[in-house]
Amino acid sequence: MADQPTATERFVQGILPENPVYRQLLGLCSTLAVTNGLKPALTMAGAVGFVLLSANVIISLIRNLLKPHLRIVVFTLIIAAFVTMVDRFLAAYMYSMSKALGPYIPLIIVNCIIICRCEVCASRQSVFTAAADAVGQTAGFALALVSIAAVRELLGTGALAGVRVLPAAWPDWVVMVLPPGAFLTFGLLLALVNWVAARRGGGG
Amino acid sequence: METVLDDNRSGPSGQRIGGNLARAWLVLVLALVLGAALAAVQVHLSPIIAANKRNETLRQIPALVGLEPATLKPGSLEIRSGVFEVPANGTARFYRVFMVRLEGRLAGWVVKTAGQGYADRIEVLIGFDPGVTAITGLFILEQKETPGLGAKIALPSWRRQFVGKKTATRLTVVKGRSAGAGGIDAVSGATISSRSVVRIVNRTVHDLAGRLTPEAVRFAGGES
Repeated sequence: MADQPTATERFVQGILPENPVYRQLLGLCSTLAVTNGLKPALTMAGAVGFVLLSANVIISLIRNLLKPHLRIVVFTLIIAAFVTMVDRFLAAYMYSMSKALGPYIPLIIVNCIIICRCEVCASRQSVFTAAADAVGQTAGFALALVSIAAVRELLGTGALAGVRVLPAAWPDWVVMVLPPGAFLTFGLLLALVNWVAARRGGGG
Repeated sequence: METVLDDNRSGPSGQRIGGNLARAWLVLVLALVLGAALAAVQVHLSPIIAANKRNETLRQIPALVGLEPATLKPGSLEIRSGVFEVPANGTARFYRVFMVRLEGRLAGWVVKTAGQGYADRIEVLIGFDPGVTAITGLFILEQKETPGLGAKIALPSWRRQFVGKKTATRLTVVKGRSAGAGGIDAVSGATISSRSVVRIVNRTVHDLAGRLTPEAVRFAGGES
């Protein structure tokens, strides 16, 4: 246990070296589904961030009470409760966004990023480290979603966050906001991230 | 860690149940605490969510009976919400109906109806002319059909097909572009979702055509 990463290391790792999307390839279902625009991408990142932080903190607080064969049940229970709260909150205060995201908010319950952080970090380390880990991973997740969404929304609709930025002459590549655009953009950005990492000698 | 695993394997069944309960106390306590928290969230937020849904319904109503909200004189439009009861197989079916009046004259009806879709319940608003002889609009309030396929039932381009259909003709789903008088072109790749909406519309039309009159509706007191 002595060689566990510190809170700072956990925070920094989440952003790029262990980016949940680009390096761990977790949570891809929601990543591909909600990145057709910056607004849904940021909402999803916020929702995942809230659930991840809450789950990490609570699991870290009760980590000495966890039984090995019951830990996944406890993780799922806590995650599901917070996801339901986010879902209701969005339906109450961001109704049209809640309708646009549809089933992808409830599906955060089975998002591997969260259960992975509970297992790897929160169930073994202090509350402070677990919180730093959650913030770092959320930043990494948000960075990945925003980068994919920016490319897709810009090329697909000529706009960013709903505001037109490309000249009207730009022929909107509608395919970019459809599912194939998600795979194309994600594949190319993933290759770019790997290429940069390999050039720096990071490997991967 | 090892003792826990040993416990699980050994002992008569009675002891094991007691032991499991004792070991699962954390799960039980968490379930209670989180359940209470969720109940509090639900109590607090469900009126707001219901109001959001009601507002969305009310916003759609003018367009569903063929009116342009922007061109209306303020205050000339009156929407009254009520319940319409249809006897069906010895029991009764209830519809939430909205009576739309423009400058005191009946301009049309909007009916909230629902049925099973491919993935989950589909909630639909259907607009009718005053005599319920033709459909004037259709809106999907709630659906969880497959994104990219069945979810296209919510697109205006698909919903527009229902506008102008006579209620005397039963609607059928057709594939390809040969849509006749009662034909609705299926969303490609989502025949089941398309059939579900058409079935919901047909059942509602069957229940309402020739029966829905202002006298037959129980209106909520004073709601507009």
